[in-house]
Amino acid sequence: MQTQSSTQPQRSHEHIKGWGADLDPKNRPAYPMERMPPRLKGVHWDQPEQQPVRMEILHSTERPGITPIFGATVPPSGLSGKIRELAFKSSENDIRHWLLLLLADRVNVVEGIGQDLMSGHIPNIFAEMGGKSELKHNPAGLARKVAVASAVIGVGYYLMTRKSRR
Amino acid sequence: MLAMNYRGPYRVRVQQKPEPVIEHPNDAIVRVSRACICGSDLHLYHGLVPDTRVGSTFGHEFTGVVEEIGSSVQNLKVGDHVLVPFNIFCGSCYFCQRELYGNCHNTNPEATAIGGIYGYSHTAGGYDGGQAEFVRVPMADVGPTVIPGDLDLDDAVLLTDAYPTGYQAAEMGDIKEGDTVVVFGAGPVGIFAAKSAWLLGAGRVIVVDHVDYRLEFVKNFAQCEIINFKDVDDMAIHIKKMTDWLGADVCIDCVGCEAAGNVAQSITGRYMKLQAGAATVLHWAINSVRKGGNVSIVGVYGPTFNAVPIGNALNKGLTLRMNQASVKRHLPRLIEHIQAGRIEPSKIITHRVPLEEASDAYHIFSSKLDNCIKTVLIPPNAPKSGVVLH
Repeated sequence: MQTQSSTQPQRSHEHIKGWGADLDPKNRPAYPMERMPPRLKGVHWDQPEQQPVRMEILHSTERPGITPIFGATVPPSGLSGKIRELAFKSSENDIRHWLLLLLADRVNVVEGIGQDLMSGHIPNIFAEMGGKSELKHNPAGLARKVAVASAVIGVGYYLMTRKSRR
Repeated sequence: MLAMNYRGPYRVRVQQKPEPVIEHPNDAIVRVSRACICGSDLHLYHGLVPDTRVGSTFGHEFTGVVEEIGSSVQNLKVGDHVLVPFNIFCGSCYFCQRELYGNCHNTNPEATAIGGIYGYSHTAGGYDGGQAEFVRVPMADVGPTVIPGDLDLDDAVLLTDAYPTGYQAAEMGDIKEGDTVVVFGAGPVGIFAAKSAWLLGAGRVIVVDHVDYRLEFVKNFAQCEIINFKDVDDMAIHIKKMTDWLGADVCIDCVGCEAAGNVAQSITGRYMKLQAGAATVLHWAINSVRKGGNVSIVGVYGPTFNAVPIGNALNKGLTLRMNQASVKRHLPRLIEHIQAGRIEPSKIITHRVPLEEASDAYHIFSSKLDNCIKTVLIPPNAPKSGVVLH
């Protein structure tokens, strides 16, 4: 598609339904940004009750403890869990915190494949990556990816076997 | 229950998982009727968000029917059909007291910079999301909104994030009557930001992207001018030529960390992870806006750091505004806009896919196949379409 813009702005906005409906700040729902008192109804607590802790919950060192409400899913486990625990010894202000978490995420992917295999499930990585839709909507792209991957594997195999022949 | 399950970058599947339970007296369990895939879900899908654990269920844009409530819930009842803002918030902390529900301090132990978000990694609180048959909804007395009877379910689900985020993006631009507004990104949020800019009184709206079918869509949906950045040598010069060499009054970043358009930014930000994503759009926005102008950012970036021309922002006297949308405060007005016929959010939905096919849906959305703009996952036994029945 060609760019469709000009150096001259349009003058009339009558054809745009609702133009200027929120021009007046009093119609703008987030004006002013910090609005007190809040318009929210239904709050019947000063501080939410503490949610019971039934699994390991890591918390930022930039707060004194866990929050009253938190997600109770996928607790840290395995080697990735140890790396996450280490990461949470650093603050959000420390780049090591985030790099360790990214490392833990990659380790966790390998652990996930291991868990699948241990439970007798062979992951269908082609399907998990949406291979069926790639085949349907982008067969040329899929063929290109297969060709590139085959070439890389082929070159790698050739180099390895050539070295071993010597 | 069936639930989307993250297995690693570019790998998701749908499998059986235990149903969620009431963890807190103000929880509700909701049977999901619609769950969108958001552009920001793709950052998780691509493995860019730290502490995204294998086995997590994504999905922060969803509607559903209340199935069970905790002992302290007073404002919802079983059977209510609700739309659930993506922010999980307490309603009583320092920030919620100021209506900054996207910055709640009581719902995310893992990080202080971000509040709790459904299905958005443990960096956003470790909650499972709505791309499942059931989901736990904490703080049920303040988060969910009962869907008005005349509102279409497909419009309602877009009120949970994409439309309010686009609206807030425009609103944070502090648009004055007649302003020239440049929106970077023609995805769902950019489309809604462009449309909202008119409602806020813009005199001119220009959308920038490089995906042809999305540019064509936004030109028709938001009646705006479009720029394909592949046609442009230098974005700042192009915008200045269009604005008497001054620059736009307002620039809005609706792209975030996976921006295309600059090789150096892409290599360092997207592929080598030397910065928290490509800051291409931040560069374009800061350098294309006029002196004294406003830059509004809702595109998502990682938590580490980005190389941005902050010196130019200083010298130009810019105002930079950014935040996660506080969805709840926008809802009454945005519902009015829909009811008045000023906007029909559901028009952006291009794909309605059974939950069981989430792997393909993610790939189609991520790779921009089949002219995909917005995908909605529909769990088994959910109503197919139409207004909500109470």
